[in-house]
Amino acid sequence: MLSHIGIDPERLQFSWISSAESTKFIDVVTEVVEAVRKVGPNTRLVKNVIRESKHANIY
Amino acid sequence: MQTYIDKIREIAARLIKDDTIEMVLGFQEGTIPMISPPISVRTADDVEKLTWSSHCCINLANYLTDVKGKVAVFAKGCDCRSIVNHIAEGKVKREDVVIIGVPCNGMMERHTINNVFGDEIEEVVEEDDGTVIVRGKGREEKYRKSDLLRQSCRVCVHKNPVLYDELVADPVDVPEDIKRYEEVEKVEALEIDDRWNFFADLISTCIRCYACRDACPTCYCPTCFVDEAQPQWVGKGDEEPDVMTFHILRAFHTAGRCTDCGACVSSCPMTINMRAFTKKLEKDCLDLWDWEAGLTPDMRPALETYTPNDPEDNFK
Repeated sequence: MLSHIGIDPERLQFSWISSAESTKFIDVVTEVVEAVRKVGPNTRLVKNVIRESKHANIY
Repeated sequence: MQTYIDKIREIAARLIKDDTIEMVLGFQEGTIPMISPPISVRTADDVEKLTWSSHCCINLANYLTDVKGKVAVFAKGCDCRSIVNHIAEGKVKREDVVIIGVPCNGMMERHTINNVFGDEIEEVVEEDDGTVIVRGKGREEKYRKSDLLRQSCRVCVHKNPVLYDELVADPVDVPEDIKRYEEVEKVEALEIDDRWNFFADLISTCIRCYACRDACPTCYCPTCFVDEAQPQWVGKGDEEPDVMTFHILRAFHTAGRCTDCGACVSSCPMTINMRAFTKKLEKDCLDLWDWEAGLTPDMRPALETYTPNDPEDNFK
């Protein structure tokens, strides 16, 4: 459903890895990182970071 | 409609007289037009307060959660499926609830009536032939009920109760040519950015009153995730990410359990159609696991079961 709402499907990845499958774990994590790097930083469901106030020094 | 009301009062009076139940859950006349609030009737004197109309949008299964004692409830097709859901999930025992099924031809959307009439409405009268007479500001208009139905009722294929002890009337006909998922398919056909914009626009007026959650019979957690402060899962403001998170998670919590009763939409003061979220999950459950919520209390909910041949297309 997340992809239906408009979250990039590349960001949504599912896998089932047994604790004995260390090589599969490495492969999957590498793949996920590469896929997410390719689509770039997420802009959806991200809150604006509060910007530093101009008058911060008066407090 | 009057035959329904007479029969409802007759059944309620009989159940109260037999003294086998604590109370009867039904609908009463509202203080303003087009609103029928729920009522619990415990004495024979109050039976006359019970009524039925096309404004009984609330899902009475909501009031059965962990209820004490034996309760009788008037249930439409969708309410009935929610009760089945409750029984399957152990929130009420089958022997503790007397289900009086009400075959339903759909409930009307008050916002639609307000829009087509234009002026303040003083009275809405339904005729048995499907005509609705709306009066207000000294004028009177006639509409067809089928034009004023709620969207969830237009695409409903379970108009008749699935599990009941007694029926108020004969089962109604269900048309065979209903396109159940037309609204979902329209959104599915959009590009990914347009889909995001569609949902962002949909929830943009949300005021986080949580009426949709409170009206929903599947939302019965003792503390909702939005009310928790430690940890605080989601911000409490009206920023888009927070509002979106609330709606996405609310919808996910109803996955495989939502019966598309439309109580959430009917209770929304901002007329947000949050069924756009839940209907997609309903469609997915049907497509992936051939599952429809609340049809039998013997089967475990979709997200609670596993079979070796479950589709795994999304898994690496």
